[in-house]
Amino acid sequence: MSLLNFFTRNRSAPVARDRLQVLLAHERALSGRPDLVAVLQQEILAVIAKHVPIDRDKVVVKLDRGAQVSTLAIDIEMPHEARGRR
Amino acid sequence: MCCMSKVMVVTSGKGGVGKTTSSASLGAALAQAGQNVVVVDFDVGLRNLDLVMGAERRVVFDLVNVVQGDAKLPQALIRDKRIETLSLLPASQTRDKDALTEEGVARVIDELRERFDWIICDSPAGIEKGAMLAMRFADLAVVVANPEVSSVRDSDRIIGMLDSKTQRAENGDRLEKHLLLTRYDAGRAARGEMMKVEDVLEILAIPLLGIVVESPDVLTASNMGSPITLHNPASAAARAYTDAARRLLGEDVAVSAPPQRQGFISRLFGRKAAAA
Repeated sequence: MSLLNFFTRNRSAPVARDRLQVLLAHERALSGRPDLVAVLQQEILAVIAKHVPIDRDKVVVKLDRGAQVSTLAIDIEMPHEARGRR
Repeated sequence: MCCMSKVMVVTSGKGGVGKTTSSASLGAALAQAGQNVVVVDFDVGLRNLDLVMGAERRVVFDLVNVVQGDAKLPQALIRDKRIETLSLLPASQTRDKDALTEEGVARVIDELRERFDWIICDSPAGIEKGAMLAMRFADLAVVVANPEVSSVRDSDRIIGMLDSKTQRAENGDRLEKHLLLTRYDAGRAARGEMMKVEDVLEILAIPLLGIVVESPDVLTASNMGSPITLHNPASAAARAYTDAARRLLGEDVAVSAPPQRQGFISRLFGRKAAAA
């Protein structure tokens, strides 16, 4: 199999290995607390909801797991009439 | 209720025959044809569709979160970065399949029907709860089989379940079933080492949706996290999926005879020549 790969210059295997390494590192790290992102989102939303009414349908959560850093982005739409209320 | 959208289960009974690859490829091909498509991973606990579609780094919520109300559907949908009409609803990696309930899945499918033309349910292997729920609400089914005895036998079993355990079957409605033959090697079939297309069709007696030849291009696409119709549209496998998608859309496309693979020497030295 490695001989075959050598001759056919298939460059996709290193990509597969890198993708798996990043993914599995995250999955193993989270094995104790799989719902970390859900918990984070809930607590962050609860804090904001104390001050501004939130429509849960308008909340966009984006995650990008990287090898060195991951980014979690939570977009919350705040309606205009929310100002001055409460 | 919207009647235009179609719920299509991709199933096989046996594992490793190409359900997930075919779900991703048919989904991408339909989306490339302008359809609004979501591919739903029903393999709770062993998800892989995210990896095959190259979205594994972006999974936040999943099918179980939506079924249990922990997340709204739009939050769990992941839009493909290459085709904007293609979305993915991942399975949960950490729960077991008992986290899915029939009522919950019915609710999610209804909600998906309002947003998409095609809802492709990527079934787990086996005949347990996950596989049952993946087919439960299907309007049509793609049965993926390899020309190999255990795969064909399991496919026959699954066809029996499609005809008895789905909502359509219980209501006496018609459920279209299509056979997608994958990992086919025309050379070996010609030499009598592998069952021929006609043999499998005669045994299973459902219409043929397409023949996907055994090809290293499929592995490459999966390594890259890109459906093959995107990664290598000119390859024989990609063309088979694109033609299959056209047939699903009602076009009359003849199933072309699968190309024979090159011999050992050309395979060793010149695989790219055939793919180009």
